[in-house]
Amino acid sequence: MIVVACIKQVPDTTQVQIDPVTNTLVREGIPFIINPYDTHALEETLRLKDSHGFKAVALSMGPPNAEAALRKALALGVDRSILLSDRVFGGADTLSTSNVISAAIRRLMDEDEIGIVFCGKQTIDGDTAQVGPGIAVRLGFSQLTLVDRIERIDTGARTITVRRKLEGRYEIVEARLPAMITVVRELNRPRYPTVPMRLASAKAEVERWSNEELKLDVNSVGLKGSPTWVSRIFSPQRAQGEILGDGMNDPVAAALMLVDRLVEGDLLAV
Amino acid sequence: MTEPKKIKKPRGKARVVTGKCVACGARCQSACPVDGVEMSEAGEPLILVEKCIGCVKCVKACPAGALEMFYTPEELEILAALANKGEEELDEEELARRRLVDSYRGVWVFIEQNSGEAARVSWELTGVGRELANSLGVELTAIIIGEKIGHLADEAFSYGADCACLIDDRVFSQYRTEPFLDAMCYLIGKYKPEVVLMGATGMGRDLAGAVATRVKTGLTADCTGLGIDEKRNLMQTRPAFGGNIMATIMCDRFRPQMATVRPHVMPMPERRPGATGKVVTESYTISESSIFTRVLEVITDKSGKDKVDVAGAEFIVSGGRGMMAKENFGMLEELADLLGGVVGGSRSAVDAGWLPQDRQVGQTGKTVRPKIYIACGISGAIQHLVGMQDSDVIIAINRDREAPIFEVATYGIVGDLFEVVPALTNRLRELKEA
Repeated sequence: MIVVACIKQVPDTTQVQIDPVTNTLVREGIPFIINPYDTHALEETLRLKDSHGFKAVALSMGPPNAEAALRKALALGVDRSILLSDRVFGGADTLSTSNVISAAIRRLMDEDEIGIVFCGKQTIDGDTAQVGPGIAVRLGFSQLTLVDRIERIDTGARTITVRRKLEGRYEIVEARLPAMITVVRELNRPRYPTVPMRLASAKAEVERWSNEELKLDVNSVGLKGSPTWVSRIFSPQRAQGEILGDGMNDPVAAALMLVDRLVEGDLLAV
Repeated sequence: MTEPKKIKKPRGKARVVTGKCVACGARCQSACPVDGVEMSEAGEPLILVEKCIGCVKCVKACPAGALEMFYTPEELEILAALANKGEEELDEEELARRRLVDSYRGVWVFIEQNSGEAARVSWELTGVGRELANSLGVELTAIIIGEKIGHLADEAFSYGADCACLIDDRVFSQYRTEPFLDAMCYLIGKYKPEVVLMGATGMGRDLAGAVATRVKTGLTADCTGLGIDEKRNLMQTRPAFGGNIMATIMCDRFRPQMATVRPHVMPMPERRPGATGKVVTESYTISESSIFTRVLEVITDKSGKDKVDVAGAEFIVSGGRGMMAKENFGMLEELADLLGGVVGGSRSAVDAGWLPQDRQVGQTGKTVRPKIYIACGISGAIQHLVGMQDSDVIIAINRDREAPIFEVATYGIVGDLFEVVPALTNRLRELKEA
């Protein structure tokens, strides 16, 4: 049985800044990382490999340089890493992304049975949380989002029981395998690669599948297969507020001015 | 067939506008029909001029205006001469698509409920849905799926819905993806709405992503602004590229146009008790035996009683990296208590372990719109700003005058928070005791 971790290489968005003059993103020297939520998806596939003897596969759709993320996955211990990369996949929104990833998973299904597909609950660059459900629907897998604990897996009865973390409550849910699971950070603590594994991964092969392998209609992938498109981007314009007093030299006076403003505006409950 | 031969319209070549590319993910390369766009390591395009056929596809695909057409002076002359000629004709396929798009009418709001109690975000969406329906001149319908949920129809009318569409059946007593997905797709297929809105909650995101995939349409997550353009299309604005910039997303060639909105992003509409509307009851059901997912248990968060609800608080005192240490949050607690509010924080504060994750305000945490938001030692990364910028009054206390938090602040104090916050607390206590 195969377990798949879907990962994405993303710019470390916490380090992105806006150029105040040109109002554009400053991206020079911003490192690429594996989407933090996906590292937990990866860890869970490795745990299932260790505990159940499943075969662990890491999948990623992206430009050629996304190979770095997949090489990291190899260093952590996955059996195979596959990069889905083709010019025609570029500019994809979530609908066409899930199309490509599902096609790749279907191709893996020709080789062996798929048990679980893990995804991070969302990425830190797109923040949509849509690709996971997209994969589940396209493949007809059970959809279990926001999972923070795997209670049990019964390969005989082909069921899985998980705990989902929702607003103010948890749900214990049983579903049929195969399943698509999106994970939250509480699920596990990702391991670090060992030095021998890291060295070995430098030479290991990251497979590359293009649309020649997946054979998808070019109108259903990339930009062409994306119903949504960005018509405009802009930096939010904001009204300037008021700086009160000289807080550096007279913090107490500044605090008093602030309280006065709040009282004048009838903003305080006290 | 005796038309005079037309002068060929010069097509020009595409070129890159320096400094505008945002490395969006090679949309231009994907759009190019002749492999005429190479991408650099940084994700910026390089136009291969000898290959470019001037089809303008890359220019249209660019969200950042980082590509433009350029023409030789001779080409420009011909263009000027052609400028007073007629319009281009639409092909058959395009006309068919427009007819299909036009056949969808109406705005829908999915009412999220748990045991018959609606999530507040559903009414916030009803508010914005009302405005969209007014702009489009169509009905606003509340979609209510569950068991024993009839009473929610009146509530939906009181918040502005014209119509309530109910599916009331045992199989929907608890949310599960499969039956709700089937029910939503059934309704969309039957009634063809042009806009479908859902809350960006755990449930809403689970369902919306599944529905959009099955009906093969676009879905825009976490919108912070929704409007209608002159061609009746939904303009969906959201933070993009990791929340560093805002983007307006269109889904003009597909229907329905689907969007999710996070709780507290839209204002709660005024409630008009006694308002009425049309109730449509759909008798749609699914056999339990065909569903392979079961909710075995629901555990309400044990810490629920003394749990702090940052998202719903009216006064929030938030701390960031500038708080230096966990112990210093006591100072913020004191101020928050005095105001009758709660303590929140930035991602840095949560990552440092100074606050639990459920107190985080921002893109990856909660979106808040309190009466007063006091940001202490928070520089104001845009990921944080998008989570709190709609607060009624924002107060920023920070040593760095250049910190972006001052750009959204109503009132700012440039100073040491360890001096300013205690002074503020003392003054408020004096007032309270007076």
